[in-house]
Amino acid sequence: MVNENLVKDVVKEPYKYGFVTDIETEKIEKGLNEDIIKLISQKKEEPKFLLDFRLKAFKKWQKMKEPDWAALGYKKIDYQDIIYYSAPKQKEKISSLDEVDPKLLETFDKLGIPLTEQKKLTNVAVDAVFDSVSIATTFREELAEHGVIFCSISEAVKNHADLIEKYLGTVVPASDNYFAALNSAVFSDGSFVYIPKGVTCPMDLSSYFRINSGDSGQFERTLIIAEESSSVSYLEGCTAPMFDTNTLHAAVVELITLDDASIKYSTVQNWYAGDEKGVGGIFNFVTKRGKCLGKRSKISWSQVETGSAITWKYPSCLLLGEESVGEFYSVALTNNLQQADTGTKMIHIGPKTKSTIVSKGISAGNSKNSYRGLVKMGTKAKGSRNYSQCDSMLIGDKASANTFPYIKSQQPNSEIEHEASTCRISEDQLFYLQSRGIEFEEAVSMMVSGFCKDVFNQLPMEFAAEADKLLALKLEGSVG
Amino acid sequence: MQSKMKESDPILEVENLSASTDNLPILKGVSLNVYPGEIHAIMGRNGCGKSTLSKIIAGHPSYNITNGDIKFLGEDIKSLEPEERAQSGIFLGFQYPIEIPGVSNLEFLRVSTNARRKFLNKEELDTFDFEELVKEKLEIVKMDHAFLSRSVNQGFSGGEKKRNEILQMALLEPKIAILDETDSGLDIDALRIVASGIKKISNAQTGIILITHYQRLLDEIKPNYVHVMSDGQIIKTGKSDLALELEEKGYEWTDNFIKEN
Repeated sequence: MVNENLVKDVVKEPYKYGFVTDIETEKIEKGLNEDIIKLISQKKEEPKFLLDFRLKAFKKWQKMKEPDWAALGYKKIDYQDIIYYSAPKQKEKISSLDEVDPKLLETFDKLGIPLTEQKKLTNVAVDAVFDSVSIATTFREELAEHGVIFCSISEAVKNHADLIEKYLGTVVPASDNYFAALNSAVFSDGSFVYIPKGVTCPMDLSSYFRINSGDSGQFERTLIIAEESSSVSYLEGCTAPMFDTNTLHAAVVELITLDDASIKYSTVQNWYAGDEKGVGGIFNFVTKRGKCLGKRSKISWSQVETGSAITWKYPSCLLLGEESVGEFYSVALTNNLQQADTGTKMIHIGPKTKSTIVSKGISAGNSKNSYRGLVKMGTKAKGSRNYSQCDSMLIGDKASANTFPYIKSQQPNSEIEHEASTCRISEDQLFYLQSRGIEFEEAVSMMVSGFCKDVFNQLPMEFAAEADKLLALKLEGSVG
Repeated sequence: MQSKMKESDPILEVENLSASTDNLPILKGVSLNVYPGEIHAIMGRNGCGKSTLSKIIAGHPSYNITNGDIKFLGEDIKSLEPEERAQSGIFLGFQYPIEIPGVSNLEFLRVSTNARRKFLNKEELDTFDFEELVKEKLEIVKMDHAFLSRSVNQGFSGGEKKRNEILQMALLEPKIAILDETDSGLDIDALRIVASGIKKISNAQTGIILITHYQRLLDEIKPNYVHVMSDGQIIKTGKSDLALELEEKGYEWTDNFIKEN
């Protein structure tokens, strides 16, 4: 057991992103029905195929039941008590960033995502989403020169309807699960990426999702298509203000890679997690899936999950193309009364497909952290291989960690390897570091970083540093 | 010689120290003063409280001080955190150095060294400057540079762990070093390396406490005083020849001292 007194001395760092932007918003009435869906579609001036897509999804959703198999406990969500569309009031058509409400620019500035020409990040293009709408996307012209399309999904619906119609819902069908169906019915905005054949995206692309409004849900939709022999690295960040109510976030992300293409998708999730008594925080129910359609194509998920009161998320790979590769690198940290049920599914369909899973769960406080993963070898997945490693670290003696690995093999000529471990930060380890002059908190964070190293090594540089800091911040005052 | 030393102030004063863990008394009134330049050896059977004494001085949270005082450079340190004690110049060489998976030895040594340097108002070292410093110190313990890229103590042999402890001592330049059975598990060559390392690091301003079972370390580093501990007390103090006598006659011989008391 770790010394209680030491712990009490440590000052708690408040959630840095908990502010609310005071801005006039356009909200529709609470509740969910066909008229609401039609209204959302109308507001976004959508073509008929998309309205049909939404209405079909809604019909399916009505017949579905909220899943209860995850190791999560939470108050029932009242889906009629949520606002499904909320957008900051702006001029009808915005032609340049100068016309964006300065309050919005200021908000993203404060979040460390400057958008204006003078200040924007130099090495990464950003799509900034505020509640239900995309505010701005940087570097669009530069990317267009390479044929790369990077815009909000709403814009893509208008300007690249053919691509949307061809690919939307092909990786995560509306009927896939309860939350995917809900998202398909009401999704408002998100990012769209298209990398043409043979193009290596000249810079990292990034979406930043900001929830500002307390009573509206965020239902973003992201679609990334990598044509033959193309590649892209995509980053996603998210934060929300501190409210004492729970906000629903149900996103769908679909990735598609054709022959020899690769997508690297990295997330740092830092939604508001609720306070130390478990009041407030985001309910995060996300369906992320990639389809390796092409031969030798590759999809790599890396995620650092530190926020949300509830996390329900299984970024997965469907490995269809021969010799395609799926990867999942995850750090999930829970503290106080947070609950996370997260993992991945690696579905090996094509021959000689390969997947790697490295999951690191850290549970502190009274939190609950579960890894849930499926590795499936289909009948045609001859010569396919999977390696899984799931490690849990417990901090203190009130947190819990679970591992639920599901393995299904219909192909005797395939290999599945699973390793799991659980460790606890011991008092002896802490004392050893302290007796070398290293502060208690720093000692904990050094050990946690060390534990997560295999995953952090997979993150883009600037993200890795941020993730490291974030973990340290999240753990402040948590060890006891 | 002795009287001259006493003219300066002691580095460490342990006064009538009693301590317990889980309500079990371990130390029962230990007193010990260490002056600059002195080397003290503490000997005694397993379980006599030698290691506990060293851990308490370093600030291990598992023990409660029930009576007495610990002063370092004249200041009461009982309420200081272990890291504060370390930063101010108290070093504990562990009998069983702890493995820290995933944390690189180099980074650990750098953070540790900088914490001490910060306390001393010295400039903190960046990775490059630290590399220079550590290269020089590696010489002292004849360790290979490859040790630095491994995780702290993980997969180290017993001898490598002990040398890593001395490397830390060399980097931290403590005012007082308490070395808990640093000689145990070492072959004769490693013992010489460790002993010569300790001698190189210590000087007329530092104090050393060697906790050991064996004369062979004391052949290499001659102590000014030898203390014999038994059942949480120092039952006899003498000069270096006490250790020789102890080796010859065994701890049974010391049982008589308790009876005499």
